[in-house]
Amino acid sequence: MTKLKKHTKIEKNETPARRHGDEIRHLPLEHAGIEKGVRYNQRGGITGIEKIETGIEGFDMISEGGLPKGRTTLIAGTSGSAKTVFAVQFLAEGIIKKDEPGVFVTFEEPPEDIRKNVISLGWDVARWEQEGKWAFVDASPVVGEDHVIAGEYDLGALLARIEYAVKKIGARRISMDSIGSIFARFSEAGLVRNELFKIAAAVKQMGVTAIITAERTEEYGDIARFGIEEFVADNVIILRNVLEAEKRRRTMEILKFRGTNHQKGEYPFTVIKNTGIVAIPLSGIELKQRSSTVRISSGNAELDKMCGGGFFRDSIILVSGATGCGKTMLSAEFAADAARNGERALLMAFEESREQLFRNASGWGIDFEQMENDGTLKVVCRYPEAEGLEDHLIIIKRIITEFKPHRVIVDSLSALERVSTIKGFREFVIALTSFIKHQEVAGILTSTTGELMGGTSVTDAHISTITDTIILLRYVEMFGEMRRGITALKMRGSMHDKDIREFHIDGKGMHIGKAFSNVTGILSGHPVFTSTEEVDRMTELFK
Amino acid sequence: MGKFKLRLYITGKTPKSERAITNLKELCEKELQGLYELSIIDVLESPQLAEDEKILATPTLIKDLPPPLKRIIGDLSNSDKVLLGLDLSPVLDHKERREDTP
Repeated sequence: MTKLKKHTKIEKNETPARRHGDEIRHLPLEHAGIEKGVRYNQRGGITGIEKIETGIEGFDMISEGGLPKGRTTLIAGTSGSAKTVFAVQFLAEGIIKKDEPGVFVTFEEPPEDIRKNVISLGWDVARWEQEGKWAFVDASPVVGEDHVIAGEYDLGALLARIEYAVKKIGARRISMDSIGSIFARFSEAGLVRNELFKIAAAVKQMGVTAIITAERTEEYGDIARFGIEEFVADNVIILRNVLEAEKRRRTMEILKFRGTNHQKGEYPFTVIKNTGIVAIPLSGIELKQRSSTVRISSGNAELDKMCGGGFFRDSIILVSGATGCGKTMLSAEFAADAARNGERALLMAFEESREQLFRNASGWGIDFEQMENDGTLKVVCRYPEAEGLEDHLIIIKRIITEFKPHRVIVDSLSALERVSTIKGFREFVIALTSFIKHQEVAGILTSTTGELMGGTSVTDAHISTITDTIILLRYVEMFGEMRRGITALKMRGSMHDKDIREFHIDGKGMHIGKAFSNVTGILSGHPVFTSTEEVDRMTELFK
Repeated sequence: MGKFKLRLYITGKTPKSERAITNLKELCEKELQGLYELSIIDVLESPQLAEDEKILATPTLIKDLPPPLKRIIGDLSNSDKVLLGLDLSPVLDHKERREDTP
């Protein structure tokens, strides 16, 4: 009897518009009516699904244009995977970048907590509320208040409140965070699911773009708890916060966008102060940077000669060598040359402090302080462990964008290697080098080899194919004395000197001398002397 | 016994809403003998009031007075539960209680 009653009641209860919305969901392409957010051609055919840019850095690239317009997207993630930040940022970016008001339906945290929590991300929700750009629908639990269930009910009031809030501020975006908590409060999961389904359909009918966040219990497992994905399954995004070698690594993955394209796979992202989520689209990077034939000086005339006339203006140069063999000095000379030509150089130092760097530079006759005062140099020293690698990347990118240097030096890349997993590091190097190349500036990246003589580092292995030029600095042990050798291993697009030359460092910098003509095995770390006669004999042999 | 102050939130004139109103009025007449003040709020007409009270489910009955504040959700067809919620608890025997829990 009760069952029957319930059915008739729902039929009468639902407006035709809402049921209409349900039909669209089941038959998205065959539906004869016009759905908001779907592009139609002149004959009324569907040409594609429109997307709205979220404004979340990097995400719009991964999603190839943003979230499907007028639809609901499920954001699923474990606890601490930045779901709420995503939900808040979706609205915040809409307000900041597009002046699109948004409604935030909170099921878990009270609005007061959200206002406080996101202020450090640079979002003043309270002000937006006053300006009528943001409205909360507070569906968080009432503390200390219990309810008794006495008969049939539905969540019609919640839907009415959402509709009211959307109308009140003319919202274009809705975030619902996080839906799992409502299942904990109303024990009839089937009823709650049905009600949420109605809400999702109504949201679609209102023509607003919505995201719903949901809890997951495992990083790799079911999409979400309570079978939520079934009613908003058009679009699913998964946020992960994976523990890998004692380090947390955040990634996002677009699992599906029904009827529209997106980049596949997991992409690293980070949450940073005053910005929120920043995704790092790796496969979105295109190999289409222009190539310059203009040469710039390395700051050392002899080295320029070895490289066939200097570095190319938009190339990436890897300087590899053991500790103390002159990498930082070579970088300093490179920066000093920029200053001489009235260009700006950015030095990102991860190994030495400002004071150490400035003192050392003055030892080579380079005045960093003067250069900074002139505005031709910017030295940024950061401790590698201070941030995660994703954060470092974003900070470096930001400084480059602001300072607009002509030359960028990262000293050293290997110092950053220890704060991340190998995979994370590889992604960082690729993202950084491609960014530098896109700016069409020259970049010197230094890499420290583990062994004093010969050898390579992990950094070298990851980066060598991306770089245009590789310069090796190596110690050479000769007659009980450590000497230094330099060679240009690779110089893309140019002839270069194949010799391994000796160099020494004094108060005026680096001086490159003659080649080690009678020594073999320098790069492998086992220098062997051969007599002049032997060298001549070998030369004859291969004539 | 002090006077009861009750608010009933409904969403539109649905059968469920009507049932809740009828059930509540019957119960109040029987148990409270007119010693009550009842206001009915339609969420569709005054959504802000629902927002202020954080109403999610309808029908919801709120007992403001006498304290403590109580919320009863549903069409109030289960009068024992309603009485329990209004702190007018009838003595339930174990058999009945077991039938109530699904």
